[in-house]
Amino acid sequence: MLDFPLWRRLFLWGITLVAALAALPSIASLAGARWPAALPDPTVNLGLDLAGGSHILLEADPAQVARQRLETMEEAVRNELRTAEPRIRHGAISTTGGRLSFMVENPSQVDAARGVLEPLTTGAGMTGQRDWTIEVLDGQRVVMTPTPAGLELAVTQAMDSATEVVRKRIDALGTREPTIIRQGDNRIVVQVPGLEDPQALKDLLGQTANLEFKLVDTSVLQTEIAQGVVPPGSQIVPFAAEGGGAPGSAIAVRRLGGIRGDSLTDAQQSFDPQTNAPVVTITFDSQGAQRFARLTTENVNRQFAIILDEEVLSAPVINEPILGGTAQISGNFTVESANQLAISLRSGALPVDLMVVEERTVGPDLGADSIRQGVLAMALGTLLVIGLMVAAYGRFGLYATGALVLNVLMILGIMAVMNATLTLPGIAGFVLTIGAAVDANVLIYERIREERKRGRRVIAAVETGYKEASRAIYDANITNFIAGVLLFLFGSGPVRGFAVVLIIGLFTSVFTGVTLTRMWVAGWLRAKRPTDLTI
Amino acid sequence: MRLLKLVPDDTNIHFLKWRVPFYVVSILLIAASWALVLTKGLNYGVDFAGGQEIRVTFTEQPEAPIAQLRELVGGLGYGEPVIQRFGEPNSVSIRVPLPEGAEDQPGAATAIGNRVIGSIEGEFDGVRRDANETVSGKVAGEFRSTALYALLAAMLAISIYIWVRFEWQFGVGALFALFHDVSLTLGMFALFQLEFSLQIVAAVLAIIGYSLNDTIVIYDRIRENLKKYRRMPLPELLDLSVNETLARTVMTSLTLLIALIPLLLIGPASLFGLTAAITLGIFVGTYSSVYMAAPILIWLGVNSDSFVPRETAADLQERRARGEA
Repeated sequence: MLDFPLWRRLFLWGITLVAALAALPSIASLAGARWPAALPDPTVNLGLDLAGGSHILLEADPAQVARQRLETMEEAVRNELRTAEPRIRHGAISTTGGRLSFMVENPSQVDAARGVLEPLTTGAGMTGQRDWTIEVLDGQRVVMTPTPAGLELAVTQAMDSATEVVRKRIDALGTREPTIIRQGDNRIVVQVPGLEDPQALKDLLGQTANLEFKLVDTSVLQTEIAQGVVPPGSQIVPFAAEGGGAPGSAIAVRRLGGIRGDSLTDAQQSFDPQTNAPVVTITFDSQGAQRFARLTTENVNRQFAIILDEEVLSAPVINEPILGGTAQISGNFTVESANQLAISLRSGALPVDLMVVEERTVGPDLGADSIRQGVLAMALGTLLVIGLMVAAYGRFGLYATGALVLNVLMILGIMAVMNATLTLPGIAGFVLTIGAAVDANVLIYERIREERKRGRRVIAAVETGYKEASRAIYDANITNFIAGVLLFLFGSGPVRGFAVVLIIGLFTSVFTGVTLTRMWVAGWLRAKRPTDLTI
Repeated sequence: MRLLKLVPDDTNIHFLKWRVPFYVVSILLIAASWALVLTKGLNYGVDFAGGQEIRVTFTEQPEAPIAQLRELVGGLGYGEPVIQRFGEPNSVSIRVPLPEGAEDQPGAATAIGNRVIGSIEGEFDGVRRDANETVSGKVAGEFRSTALYALLAAMLAISIYIWVRFEWQFGVGALFALFHDVSLTLGMFALFQLEFSLQIVAAVLAIIGYSLNDTIVIYDRIRENLKKYRRMPLPELLDLSVNETLARTVMTSLTLLIALIPLLLIGPASLFGLTAAITLGIFVGTYSSVYMAAPILIWLGVNSDSFVPRETAADLQERRARGEA
């Protein structure tokens, strides 16, 4: 037990020094000092609660994806049946209950209908599974039901592209090192350190940026709109708060025949040359430019509505055809809101609406205060523990002190190498580890005391002390490890930082408190060969 | 040099003499804790209740205008806000509950937060936004259930480990001690209506870990003594084990306490709840190791045979088969 050959001592010291040295860049950065650029610099990440910044959890509603798929499918089905040879006549298409269902007027055409619809239902994946099932009820009614697998795939794809859009938008804000991660089936975690104004970010992410140009249905009277009665083929769209209309008012637009603003190559905030008001100038790609030119050519002197996320921004009259492929979107913008819209349009529309379901923002000043107070408390706690240990165990207390200091350095060093994140509860984890790490030493030393009292000789007492105490030390650390892992698995954000420190601390405290001190004690026993111990 | 000895050598305190009254008191305390949790309820922070917590510092005032704030924020019509000093005298935390029926509206909490901050900044100068936490009702519900699962899973997993490493009676004893610790901590939070947040759950898990530390050290000694003194009556043997490990128990609890107290007194305000819960847990956990985990072994009928098994017929046969007569 007390035999430490040279290679073993070198090995143990090697591990200790590497891990402890890895902590130095982090300490330098916490203390505000500069670390020489020539040296490797693994640094522990500071959590948002220490560095300041925002953590935002966004959630999409899978039902919305399902609804959109249903709408797209309805459009496609209508189209297929109309263009089929011979044309398949059908009754109204119902979309209630998440399914499409319609009557085929001529029962003999049911098989033909099934034939033209079949290609629409194959999955996008390569497995050959279908996204929709087609059933025929009572020989005449066709029912199309989305399969769970198809729906799941659609949600995954929508979330993937939503994550991409979120990334583009955050990059456009010019923030440094944002973290954007998909979480679960329908969530995205966004973490942005050191953000001055989280509101801008939230506004940006909350904007779906689904831009549409639709013709205004001027045949509908305001009173009809107020009652919510519109002819089929038209829909009521309210004015946006920052839009041109009176608050709470709405207009009717034609559902079909408009164009969508997803075929843009650019969007920039600019100023209206006449009124000098902030506007957004958009540039269509060639296809979008053609469609926009056709829409404006065919509808000169008519009113069309610019609709953003189901709200009318403005409804200008088309004075002349717009052929250049650029257009100006005016609304009641400020420079910031126009700029924000430009960013959203550039990065593309979100395939689903995202809602902020959790937000945690910490100002940079508070974070700095927390670090200072936390480090101070930690230093004071360490000093007190060292004082107590030396007073109680003398020379052995000094060994425990050495182990404690190296323990703290090693935890920090390992966290830096693992690129782990230090959070505010993580600091509490450090303090707790400092208090608990010496437990191993206390157990061993108390046992040595006992063995000496029972009359064992020095070497035997030390050996038995280490051996007998180790069992309880390992059991205790393993149970703590279990609690730590569960904390890590179930915890979120800052609490995970606590678990990380505790878990790493368990390993390093056994290493420093048991292995290293045993090596030191063994070295001392061999060199001095004491006949009595002061312990 | 004379070394500090907190516990004199060879103590012989009859801890277990009072085990029945202590058990009765402990069980009553556990029952009282749960009664408090169920009747008064836990004072959930935003993590578990959902809603908004906003922390601001009034940089131009020595003291935060709490009464005015209460009127201002209360006047916004989101129900009664909870406004407390947070750390420095000029810092406050403002908690606004989620309005009724907002559970299903993910954007509701954010909108409320914006209005609260906006109105405070409109009313006072030198308002520094320190932190802002918004949790929707749905996410809060998820936090509640994961926290519960984490606590249950930790207690179960640890008990199973102890059962495997020791004997089933020890596993039951450890589980009971943990249940005691968790119950009393929750009861304390219910009694004083301290804010119960995710951090507190982390603290409770840490308490579970460190209470176990004590329990294991004592159990380990009990196991050792069971092998050593095969004829000693169990109560006496438990007393001996607790006394032998007493110096260590006191010393370790003390090092933990003196490490935590600076954090409690001068540490960051947002760590106060976590640190206070752990500090409390050290007392509760140490007590439970001696008075909950150990005596239960008597009632569960632990004896030396659990560790040094008598030779069974099968063993005898095997030994004979090996030719060892």
